[in-house]
Amino acid sequence: MRVINMDTIKKIGAWFDHRLQLAEPIREAAEHRVPKNTASWFYVFGSAALTVFLLQLVTGILLALIYVPSAGEAWSSLQALNHQVALGWFVRAMHGWGSNFMVAIVLIHMTQVFLFGAHKYPRELTWVVGVLLLLMTLGMAFTGQIMRFDQDAYWGLGIGASIASRVPILGPAVVKLMLGGPIIAGATLSRFFALHVFVIPGMLIAFVSLHLLMVLKLGINEWPMPGRIVKRATYDAEYHALTKSDGAPFVPYAIWKDMFFAAFIILAVAACAYYFGPFGPTGQPDPTIIQTAPKPDYFFLWLYALLSLLPPSMETPFLLIVPPLVILGLILLPFLSGEGEKSWKRRPIAVITVLMIAITLGTFTRMAQLAPWSPRMNAWSSDPVPDPYIHGTTALERQGALVFQVKQCRNCHSIGDTGGQRGPALDAVAVRLTRDQLIRQVIQGGGNMPAYGNNLSPAETTALVAFLETLHPATQGPARDAARDLVVSESKPKSTTQP
Amino acid sequence: MSTMPVKDSSSDSALSRRGFFMKLGIVFNGLAAIVLTVPIARFLLSSVSRGQGKGYLSWVNLGEVANFPEGQTRMATFRNPFVMPTDGKTVDTACWVRRIAADKFQVFAINCAHLGCPVRWFPQSGLFMCPCHGGAYYRDGSRASGPPERGLFEYPYKIENGVLTINAGQLPTPGDPVASLSSKKVPCA
Repeated sequence: MRVINMDTIKKIGAWFDHRLQLAEPIREAAEHRVPKNTASWFYVFGSAALTVFLLQLVTGILLALIYVPSAGEAWSSLQALNHQVALGWFVRAMHGWGSNFMVAIVLIHMTQVFLFGAHKYPRELTWVVGVLLLLMTLGMAFTGQIMRFDQDAYWGLGIGASIASRVPILGPAVVKLMLGGPIIAGATLSRFFALHVFVIPGMLIAFVSLHLLMVLKLGINEWPMPGRIVKRATYDAEYHALTKSDGAPFVPYAIWKDMFFAAFIILAVAACAYYFGPFGPTGQPDPTIIQTAPKPDYFFLWLYALLSLLPPSMETPFLLIVPPLVILGLILLPFLSGEGEKSWKRRPIAVITVLMIAITLGTFTRMAQLAPWSPRMNAWSSDPVPDPYIHGTTALERQGALVFQVKQCRNCHSIGDTGGQRGPALDAVAVRLTRDQLIRQVIQGGGNMPAYGNNLSPAETTALVAFLETLHPATQGPARDAARDLVVSESKPKSTTQP
Repeated sequence: MSTMPVKDSSSDSALSRRGFFMKLGIVFNGLAAIVLTVPIARFLLSSVSRGQGKGYLSWVNLGEVANFPEGQTRMATFRNPFVMPTDGKTVDTACWVRRIAADKFQVFAINCAHLGCPVRWFPQSGLFMCPCHGGAYYRDGSRASGPPERGLFEYPYKIENGVLTINAGQLPTPGDPVASLSSKKVPCA
């Protein structure tokens, strides 16, 4: 009975294969010989990216069963997913964390490929397609953030529109094209939905297939050996010889590590989803609710920091010129260094470049998490003046402390480690500035400080400066203007109490 | 093999029947492509072409002048004049109304002139502050500090029968301040 069953299965298989003729090419692809040294844990990130992409497809389709891409209802459909639909929160969390993992894995994969010289001949086009895949992945991350149609998404679109508007001549048209109308509204969400769900995923599927096809046709990059130089004339023969002399079939020799890592990544995404839950949505996308401090998702935080820290006059040129240059540079890379050493051990500039980029992006990301440039909008009303700063002060100085709070100085300046960090901490300001300098700074502003001359009465200024003059460490006296002291003491010859 | 060159006389000089239909097919498909492209392009660009001239802008009502006390700056909201059925709350727009004197106003867009975040008004210090990148503006909308390169966007206004109306309807951005009055030099605060 069992034998007959096996025969039947084989017959059915043969019937299908006679029509599809896929068994042979699949077997060839699976068993193609790869250099044995590519069966390494360093080579698992490409397949991991593919795994997460497939996971995103599945969870994305699941979310689309409930999600409503309408500006009026998207937010409430996300609430329904979070709270009403069984395990809706988990699917949302998987999709959100999957997106973070995907960007991270794609970046790691790209770094590994670059450090192992895999972008060199004959894999230039594989690299170029990979760069396009990176851009599409970032496009998915940005449009995905819009799908979570909350306050952050709404104001994030405003930021995107403000950046796009700076394109010379075409800017206003680009903004209307991007928003689908004059303002961020229903048409905006609908077109970003179309991008996120149809356009970019379709392109991703096509380009991922192309990327994989080239990996199959050209073979997996051999482990780079210092001193083994890539030359266009000889590489193909050398690689072929290597797969013959020291090669093994991809299945099962190399694939088991990919499989292990793929499962590990899926479990890691699930664990993050389970423990940390879904992302948002934050407040409703109601533009009349302005008590919000929008921030982009993790992978665009560096941009948020950059936009705060660039000098204003450099911002527009930077935004319009640098990204195209970076993309162009990435695309040209394999054509500029298509031959030569592959090993990172003999490519110090490559290693330093990667480190520089990683450190720069990491620093900007960290700074954006702290966002010292944003005023703390409620510091003036919620942060107390620390006790020691008003202990034993005169009525005038206390009045000054009150002015300090009421005039929102605290939103940008911290004392006692609370308050904004837009301006310098003022715990020891009296050491840095004399009385006259304090008055000038308060009234005229300067540096990055607004002028308060129009908003402080003379009495308020006097009180505020009196309070600021008390802000110095016990062991360090306030700054003095020696020349002024001299003039004052000469005009009052009897006073000899000056130290 | 020897019978191959039989038809070559017609293939290089005169147009063969097959070649003619091939070319006709290409031309025919080109025509189809044009017939498709024109409506597709016009559909895709409709949001741009509609906005040409004063397309999206119109005068909207902000309420009675009496709602805005002299010498104060208050938030007002209005419904964007261009509405689609799926817009939900996104068509509700906020702005800051400063009444300088009896019939002298300034109406500022809520959007920071840097990257469009919503600015908040602090009457005590007379400043608008932006929560995103730290832009600050004086009470008259002029730039005080931070990354913005200009003052707040300002809507043109008029008063009709004691009602304040502004010319609005489009998100103001640094590259397209819309009907902004910014060309008028703001006095230094």
